[in-house]
Amino acid sequence: MTHVYASSIISAPVDAVWAVVRDYNALPAWHPAIAESRIEEGRPADQVGCVRAFRLKDGGFIREQLLALSDYDFTFTYSILESPMGVQNYVAVMKLSPVTDGNRCFAEWFADFDCAPDREAELTATIGGGVFQGGFDALKSRFGG
Amino acid sequence: MIKVHRSTVIQAPIAAVWAILRDFNGHDRWHPAVARSDLEAGRKTDQVGAVRNFRLESGVRLREQLLSLSDKDYSLRYAIVESDVPLQNYVAEIKLKPVTDGGGTFCSWTSHFTTPKGREDELASLVAEGVYTAGFDAIRERVSASQFSAPSITVRTGTGIDGLAMGIKRYGGPEELQQIDVEAPPPGPGKVRLAQTAIGVNFIDVYCRTGYFKLLTPPGVPGMEAVGTVIDVGSGVRHLSAGQRVGYACLPVGAYATVRTMPAALVFPLPDRIDDATAAAGLLKGMSAEFLLHRVHRVQKGETVLIYAPAGGVGRLLCQWAAYLGATVIGATSSEEKARLARSAGAHHVILPGQKSLEEQVKEITKGRGVDVIYDAVGRDSFAHSIEALAPCGHLISFGQASGDIGAWDIGSLASKSITLSRPNFGHYTDTPEKVQAITKRLFQAIEQRIISIEPERHYKLSDAAEAHRALEGRETTGASILIPDDLYR
Repeated sequence: MTHVYASSIISAPVDAVWAVVRDYNALPAWHPAIAESRIEEGRPADQVGCVRAFRLKDGGFIREQLLALSDYDFTFTYSILESPMGVQNYVAVMKLSPVTDGNRCFAEWFADFDCAPDREAELTATIGGGVFQGGFDALKSRFGG
Repeated sequence: MIKVHRSTVIQAPIAAVWAILRDFNGHDRWHPAVARSDLEAGRKTDQVGAVRNFRLESGVRLREQLLSLSDKDYSLRYAIVESDVPLQNYVAEIKLKPVTDGGGTFCSWTSHFTTPKGREDELASLVAEGVYTAGFDAIRERVSASQFSAPSITVRTGTGIDGLAMGIKRYGGPEELQQIDVEAPPPGPGKVRLAQTAIGVNFIDVYCRTGYFKLLTPPGVPGMEAVGTVIDVGSGVRHLSAGQRVGYACLPVGAYATVRTMPAALVFPLPDRIDDATAAAGLLKGMSAEFLLHRVHRVQKGETVLIYAPAGGVGRLLCQWAAYLGATVIGATSSEEKARLARSAGAHHVILPGQKSLEEQVKEITKGRGVDVIYDAVGRDSFAHSIEALAPCGHLISFGQASGDIGAWDIGSLASKSITLSRPNFGHYTDTPEKVQAITKRLFQAIEQRIISIEPERHYKLSDAAEAHRALEGRETTGASILIPDDLYR
């Protein structure tokens, strides 16, 4: 099992950042790598169990299922059902935490997955650097640093 | 049930922050509210189930039990088992997370508890601000003081000011001092950003460079004192403002730089009558001389004082000032040239190595009595002689070890003359703005009244810091040395 962890500080209150990332169907609106997204079977985007099907700007097609969503903990958990990345048993969590001594929040994004041993380094870099850090960078510039 | 939660980000590696917090019984060393803490029943500080029994500065007593400790998750939980304050069913969790984007550590401190009716707000605020926020602030202070700091942890946000520093990548000789690019970040709360104009060179910088003192962890920048102009200040800094001429002689190290962002508390305004070079050359040495002569021992008229290395940086100031205070000053040095300098600094007698031992020469000068006070920064080679040279009830002040560690001594031998031994540390005499203000006030007066004279003997370019260290270690210098940023060097 490979573990990838990324975290960042975003200069906005946790509620404001949560309002953006909580929408399970809104990746194209804030993540620079995502071209389009829809929720399968017309379900609401905050219904636990729903599946988002989205396309990357590089053409890749991914389906992910929402496993858990908590407005109380500012956390959501999802798994990959289908992707071109070559990962198995992929479960990821995004979690926000308030930083109480300033108008900012602490964002974490991490995943566990299985993959071929020779692809571990590449996948760690793509997921941790491209997907997670790329998302943080977009959130940071959206909220002014 | 009341829930209290506080969180912050500390600009230090998670391992450094965790090293402080995981020591369950160590909070009396860093938390300002905790006076004294002891573990019960001989347990270890990281033994789950251990109980820390402690007293707050306010006098309140508490007993807390460690419920869980995880080096994997950087977290610990504890419960109050007994307390003078009515915090009931209190369970708290401290948890750290690394910030992978830019560095630093996210710290959260959360608890749940119940209180008697009507005291909820008061006790929640006590826990949140008095314990958690104050604790975070103290840890932030501690990690920035223990490992150097500003340039190495800079997050390049584009608002920092670029500069140059002379730093080391590893402990070693003078050649390890290399020019590095640094960035002084905008000052956060309690910080000040300085454009430095002159930097003092001290023997402690050599100890930092060699690793003898662990004040600096490579990569890092040595230097304890400098003078400069305030560029800007962070929130909460009221005693300084932009454009002001200031100086400092304090930790954290990092003075060998053209720009610097640092804690503002111990940075103070300089009087106009004292120029930059004089201040940079004399703050650390002058402040040392002040507390050695006025606080560690109050030198009185009529006392006889022995000062080692009377031609050196601190030694010369001690001679001048002790003579002014009415003491009979004896200098112990190694050459005629230095003896001449010692006499010109006010030494009434000078002892040179010869056929007779130092203590024999001292006995001759003092008619067999010995000296009342000794200022000894030589260490290993002098300590035994110093004990011999003291008068009954004399005071030996050991404030350095230029010749090496003194080693283990049986204090029983001090009883033969009822000797008092002091081993003062600069940091403890200069760790609050009030102390620094009192010391610098008397120091500036002494400079202005020409009781002491601080004249830098050698000016070096900042980029020639290695050369300055070689000269200092080679005992070539008799006065002070300062570094000037290359673009200001004339």
